[in-house]
Amino acid sequence: MPNVVLALGDDISTDAIYPGRYMATVLPTETPQFAFADLTEFNARLTQQAVPPGSVVVAGQNFGCGSSREQAASALKGHELVVVAKGFARIFLQNAINLGLRTVICPSIAASEGDELEVGPSEVVNRTTGLHFPIVPLPEARQAIVNAGGLIPYARKKLLARTVAG
Amino acid sequence: MGQTIVQKILARASARPTVAVGDVVEPAVDLAMSHENGALVINQFLEIYQRTGLEPRVWDPARIAIIFDHRVPAESAKTATNQKRIREFVRAQAIAKFHDIRGDQGGICHQILPENGYVRPGAVVVGTDSHTTTHGALGAFAFGIGATEMAAVWALGKVLNVEVPATIKVVVRGQLPPRVQSKDLILHLIGRITAEGANFKVLEFHGDGIRAMPTSSRLTISNMAVEAGATAGIVPADEETVRYLREEAGVTDALDPVAPDPDATYDQVIEIDAASLGPHVARPHMVDNVAPIADTLGTKVDQIVIGSCTNGRLEDLAIAAEILKGRRVADGVRMLVFPASWKIYREALDRGHLAALADAGAVIMNPGCGCCLGVHQGALGDGEVALSTTNRNFLGRMGNPKAEVYLCSPAVAAASALTGTISDPRK
Repeated sequence: MPNVVLALGDDISTDAIYPGRYMATVLPTETPQFAFADLTEFNARLTQQAVPPGSVVVAGQNFGCGSSREQAASALKGHELVVVAKGFARIFLQNAINLGLRTVICPSIAASEGDELEVGPSEVVNRTTGLHFPIVPLPEARQAIVNAGGLIPYARKKLLARTVAG
Repeated sequence: MGQTIVQKILARASARPTVAVGDVVEPAVDLAMSHENGALVINQFLEIYQRTGLEPRVWDPARIAIIFDHRVPAESAKTATNQKRIREFVRAQAIAKFHDIRGDQGGICHQILPENGYVRPGAVVVGTDSHTTTHGALGAFAFGIGATEMAAVWALGKVLNVEVPATIKVVVRGQLPPRVQSKDLILHLIGRITAEGANFKVLEFHGDGIRAMPTSSRLTISNMAVEAGATAGIVPADEETVRYLREEAGVTDALDPVAPDPDATYDQVIEIDAASLGPHVARPHMVDNVAPIADTLGTKVDQIVIGSCTNGRLEDLAIAAEILKGRRVADGVRMLVFPASWKIYREALDRGHLAALADAGAVIMNPGCGCCLGVHQGALGDGEVALSTTNRNFLGRMGNPKAEVYLCSPAVAAASALTGTISDPRK
């Protein structure tokens, strides 16, 4: 059962997720080392591989507000984190979907660091507190990209379809 | 039923008679803009073509713009190498709208696009930068996207799976008082509706208060629409838009603007009385932590920043020069000025604004994003405070999580430079 490894408040910006001073680093193999770089203790746990894949970051409203930098999504994806938030900012959510970072919209989520969470298709169950929280499904258009395995395969399919039709 | 401006633009770009809020469309793109993060777009673009047997060619090199601005001149070998890769790609793909680090064509992307006439009313504009909302000031639907999404645009010429957004109508009545600027208006609005108040929605600006503003002031408002979470901030084109494009941007070909229907359906209508507004300040560490200037007066500042895609335009440098001319930046305060483009730099030079600012003690920097995103050209020391005309004050934004950033108008920044504390420019 995955654990909550980080519990955050509202309005966590992409500067907090991936500070601007690391933006010249673009490769998804290199961005994960700077995930939450200014949360030095948590970043150290990530870079020392002390956080198992599938671990959950819980956040409040407007997670990922600010810059469109895709590194914010690729850095978290690199650690295979799952983000369960009350709400997401638009560009971050789209980047996460495009790159296959699992994002879960859960408007009433209540969880603390160390809690055990079961993230199902329609609800999140906090096994530590016993409480159940409904998930808001992704809009259909975004789910189509998730189902394709991300935007790159989705766009590739469109490109080939166009070429055949063309 | 009437349509909002974003509905009408998306309908036209998707070759449909109408679209409804929530419809999923794939609009054709008129302009696709990137900056240094074009390096990542290139990687993702080539990845899309993997195993297709197709030669990677961008869909239309005339509709792609790449402007170096985030780290100019390069602050590191890594950035310089990214820029070098982009130059090679630009040459190989014959990308037309490329602005390198040059005094005869460079600047911040969100100034270069308007001043070169690249953005037209009714257009669909995407950029790998959240402040792409800026271009809504010219009546376009302009929004920020990620690098992978841009790679798909480069390949296909359209944005995949766009959901038609709902719209909040903002009506601005009356005119701003002297030394109160459009920056104060947008800070006030963000404070009112919060940093997520317009998430997934479009802000559409109306009213005589907007109509009376020059395009440069409108660009500031649309620029910061994203700080309320808005997908876009659109000012429907009017006579001023046409004047700007003809007289300032040198556009000579026909324009084809789009207007919202009078009976369009809005999610919400917000009214603002511009005449009653005073200067506003966003306090650390959120853009919506906005207060009237009275609540922050006397706060000591170490660094003043005037510039950025929000407030580095001629009118911004002019008001700062007017306030600082013949006076002196307070001891212990450093003041950095970043004109938004080299064109603006030259105009400000010709008009004596830069001399007035430098004589007062300001450091005139080269056009670019400068210290706004915390990479170079003006990091803050531990415990220091910046007062800045930029658009974000998140913790760590100016390169140091142990520092604080306040956001304000150019007039407030200039008045505060004189005293070393946050000061009211009306006094």
